[in-house]
Amino acid sequence: MTAQTVLPTESGHAEEPIVRLRHRGRWVAGAVLLVLAAMFVNFLATSPKLRLDLVVGYLFERSILQGLLVTLELTAAAMLVGVVLGTVLAMMRLSDNPMLRGVATGYVAVFRGTPILVQLLFWFFLGTVLPQISLGIPFGPEFFSISTNTLITQFAAAILGLGLNEAAYMAEIVRAGIGSVDKGQTEAAQALSMSPWLAYRRVVLPQAARLIVPPTANEVISMLKLTSLALVIGLPELTTTAQLIYGRNFQQIPLLIVASIWYLVLTTILTFIQSRIERRTSRGVLGATRRRTRFAIGGR
Amino acid sequence: MPRSLAASPPVDHPTGPDLPMVQARAVRKAFGDNEVLKGIDLTVDPGQVVSLLGPSGSGKSTFLRCINHLESIDAGEISVNGSLVGYRRQGGKKHELRPAEVAAARRDVGMVFQSFNLFPHLTAVQNVMEAPIYVKRQNRDAAKAHALELLARVGLADKTAAYPAHLSGGQQQRVAIARALAMEPRLMLFDEPTSALDPELVGEVLDVIKTLAADGMTMIVVTHEIGFAREVCDRVVFMDGGVIVEQGTPADVLTNPQHARTKSFLSKVL
Repeated sequence: MTAQTVLPTESGHAEEPIVRLRHRGRWVAGAVLLVLAAMFVNFLATSPKLRLDLVVGYLFERSILQGLLVTLELTAAAMLVGVVLGTVLAMMRLSDNPMLRGVATGYVAVFRGTPILVQLLFWFFLGTVLPQISLGIPFGPEFFSISTNTLITQFAAAILGLGLNEAAYMAEIVRAGIGSVDKGQTEAAQALSMSPWLAYRRVVLPQAARLIVPPTANEVISMLKLTSLALVIGLPELTTTAQLIYGRNFQQIPLLIVASIWYLVLTTILTFIQSRIERRTSRGVLGATRRRTRFAIGGR
Repeated sequence: MPRSLAASPPVDHPTGPDLPMVQARAVRKAFGDNEVLKGIDLTVDPGQVVSLLGPSGSGKSTFLRCINHLESIDAGEISVNGSLVGYRRQGGKKHELRPAEVAAARRDVGMVFQSFNLFPHLTAVQNVMEAPIYVKRQNRDAAKAHALELLARVGLADKTAAYPAHLSGGQQQRVAIARALAMEPRLMLFDEPTSALDPELVGEVLDVIKTLAADGMTMIVVTHEIGFAREVCDRVVFMDGGVIVEQGTPADVLTNPQHARTKSFLSKVL
């Protein structure tokens, strides 16, 4: 180092100004992005084949809005199945009963080990191998019987396919949440004469919820996008509806943009709700003010 | 500091004066191949304060946990207030109790842990109210009034709405004591109640335990605080290697130990 030595004045170097570090890379990156953005805007504005007017026209079109409703209903129903069954499976996996543990482990292995698209098709085509579903005594008389194709509609097949698959993932999330509650909590509850179920309900689950809620909210966002897979069984949700329309008018990209806009709006709203819920469930814990950023866009 | 901690004087309970509060006979317990209790015999009479001393791994905490069946024993028997812990005697055999029966049997026994184990999602007063409301089915207002009174008695009248994370270790442990007292136990078990505390916070917790002792609460305290054992306890039990090496009054055991193992332990901690 050949830094020139400055003799200290009476106040040392305290009065010398500070020169901030220059971030040249940021300016270069900014310039590159600016050029790319200009190219993109130019494409949007000048390409005659890209019919942005159609995007605006179809955004609130009746069948698109109906498809949106089906998407929302399917998301809610499949998540309900997933959360309820997933919680049951998690409790089965954590139980002392080896039979229950085995069943739950097998379930998770099968439903996580096969593609969700295959599962959707499987439930949709179940009627071909099992024409009748009956309620009765096993190998005995039947009380009630119904045709499988009547019972499992496109909507029901989509709920089964997405919901049963989701249950396998939720089971792991709930199990991890319950497992991370300190064992001392259960012991303290037991020492206060609480029964195992009461200790679970009042002490373990509320604490596990804090760890279960954020990944569950991610699963909801994920599920919203997964519902587009119902395309393969022809359920008229948002993506299927867009496809039906562009099948007639060959305006694929404008209609896919319409669908994308709706998905983005919904994931943005869900992300907002998620951050609100997280803030609420983390009460009573130090560090609750430390906020985590989460990206809603991009699925698993 | 605390005035009187016992919610109701122990004489209210229909206990025969002759019946020991805790009676352990030939208690054995192993974790896998590691036998941690090798035949423990101990009797604690109502109103007595007994401290369990000994090096780590001597089995004192395990024995304490066996008394309220947080650990099940492999052989021998423990009875609290005349009833067998964890089992029902029938036809010359001991039958394991169902979880709900075990829970009911713990009503008379309060426990305080080394790591406090307060419920972090509940405030101090909610921690104390929880068991009276959901186990004893007490009216919410009555339970809250009692909880506030207990918190005031452990010197935390101004911290009732605080979450455990916002309390110091000593404050948390005092809430934990109030929480155990809310069930109106006849026996209190303390598992190293001051070991996780900063040195300057130990005193406030020991003061609360001393007040309880003065009120006549029966207590078994696993501790490393020799001064506390000397001052407060009726009897000191020294354990090592899963057996009771010697026991007696604090004056006998702490100032005039008979056994070589006790002597070497005391020479290190005093």
